[in-house]
Amino acid sequence: MSKEFYGVTLPNPLMLGTAQYPSPAILEEAFRASGASVATVSLRREGAGGTGQTFWKMIEDLGVHVLPNTAGCHTVKEAVTTAHMAREVFDTKWIKLELIGHTDSLQPDVFQLVEAARILSEDGFEVFPYTTEDLIVGERLLEAGCEVLMPWGAPIGSGRGLNNIYALRAMRAEFPDVPLVVDAGIGLPSHAAAAMELGFDAVLLNTAVARAGDPVQMARAMMAAVEAGQAAHEADPIEARDMAEASTPVIGKAFLS
Amino acid sequence: MTVYSVIGAGVAGLAVATELTERGATVEIYDPAGPPGPHGCSWWAGGMLAPWCEYENAEEPVLRLGQEAIVWWAAHTEVTRAGTLVVASKRDLPDMRRFARRTEGFVEVDRARVAALEPDLHGFGQGLFFEEEAHLDPRKALQDLYRGLKDKGVTIHKRIAPSGLQNAIDCRGLSAREYLYDLRGVKGEMLVIRCPDVEITRPVRLLHPRMPLYIVPRGEGIYMLGATMIESEDSSRITARSMLELLSAAYALNPAFGEAEVLEIGVDLRPAFPDNLPRIRRLGRTIYANGLYRHGYLLAPALARGVADLALHNTHSEMVDEDRA
Repeated sequence: MSKEFYGVTLPNPLMLGTAQYPSPAILEEAFRASGASVATVSLRREGAGGTGQTFWKMIEDLGVHVLPNTAGCHTVKEAVTTAHMAREVFDTKWIKLELIGHTDSLQPDVFQLVEAARILSEDGFEVFPYTTEDLIVGERLLEAGCEVLMPWGAPIGSGRGLNNIYALRAMRAEFPDVPLVVDAGIGLPSHAAAAMELGFDAVLLNTAVARAGDPVQMARAMMAAVEAGQAAHEADPIEARDMAEASTPVIGKAFLS
Repeated sequence: MTVYSVIGAGVAGLAVATELTERGATVEIYDPAGPPGPHGCSWWAGGMLAPWCEYENAEEPVLRLGQEAIVWWAAHTEVTRAGTLVVASKRDLPDMRRFARRTEGFVEVDRARVAALEPDLHGFGQGLFFEEEAHLDPRKALQDLYRGLKDKGVTIHKRIAPSGLQNAIDCRGLSAREYLYDLRGVKGEMLVIRCPDVEITRPVRLLHPRMPLYIVPRGEGIYMLGATMIESEDSSRITARSMLELLSAAYALNPAFGEAEVLEIGVDLRPAFPDNLPRIRRLGRTIYANGLYRHGYLLAPALARGVADLALHNTHSEMVDEDRA
């Protein structure tokens, strides 16, 4: 069963970023070919002050849910201002809250994140926080008003996949009813599928598609992967075991014994 | 007698006017700002004739049509054929492997070869050398075209083009957007610095995850540092972030750039269509030639040929995407 993101049921679990594509035409084709249901867009990177009109119009014309983000923000104040700008430009309460704490790893500053999430939630925003896999931080974010959590798979743009599967699995178990999205670090469709197999509700990625040699083809591959992973999770996969278990009876290992 | 009225004296307009004139047509130019200057975005360009490097993140026509540009420009202005050197900081070496995979026309160079090519580059153990690439000084190139046209008797009107021109060719870049519904502006920021302590002789690109950062020597210790690419249509100011990134790139190439003087800050909007490729459109009596994006000097010659083919011979080059004459 797919969970609702602030009351919205998404037709599929693929969220795509809109930065770094070779051209807007290729970006558009990647969305159309894959059918991704959410587009994230960065206001700060793509021109502060509400001035990216043509580009933003194009994103709106994709006809998907727009999830503006606060990429590049390092302080609560910056993030809150950017969120307000985003609400005005895109006429949406959704905001992907990103508060960068470390220059090299782009690791989220979870302390500021919780604070900003509270401020924005109280102000009526529907916050999608980009966080680590830390359970306590997750708990605090929910207390702050978030109804979605977006732990990283690996550092932004690194393409390393799921660095800490154990922790992501623990997170899934800890928050069974909260929509969880793996955000950042995905490089390959197999990474995206793995996240979905863990029972995550969606995958958010950008670089892996935008910087692929053929972004359109890669977007399609990612959609196939998240759908496969989701179906696999719903199908209740078998448990791994140490020894072979023949799928048909074997002579000598008789059922009579 | 047919007179072709070229509107706009940036790189597109001047290249089109030059091509038409050289094919024997009678041409006049309208530009209210007069001769080329800081009002046009081609004034702020890098002037790299780098089709192989650009192909890393552009469509095939950029590679093919761009290669014609070096010859065309060499016939009209001074072109330096010294190649392009691409380097990356250690942490971005995966990006260099990707860059190499995504294009062609280079040799891989080791530390010794990097040092031999550019002794003043600091601490780069490997690079890609695009030997066939070239660069020019955009301002000199614009002035050379302008002068060449004047010498051939082309009238240049320093005023807005009158309406009802019979054979207009609109090369106004973003100013023509009211007629070109799918044209957008892509913000670019650049710096001109002077640093006689550092001698770099050819364009050097430093790979960066979000923008192609490069430094182009202009001679006498002057360098152009470019360029951001931001999906924004606000050309009022450079941001601190952009300036930091541009200057950090120079500093990474050689810390002596820390002592450079900042001579100029350029901010402008590149006209671009959705696929970032230029277009020629004929609507009624006007031919629109636009959308050179970050390839003003690289693709202006091909654009000019396409316009001349359409205007003089009614031949449709690949850049023509609409003809409602």
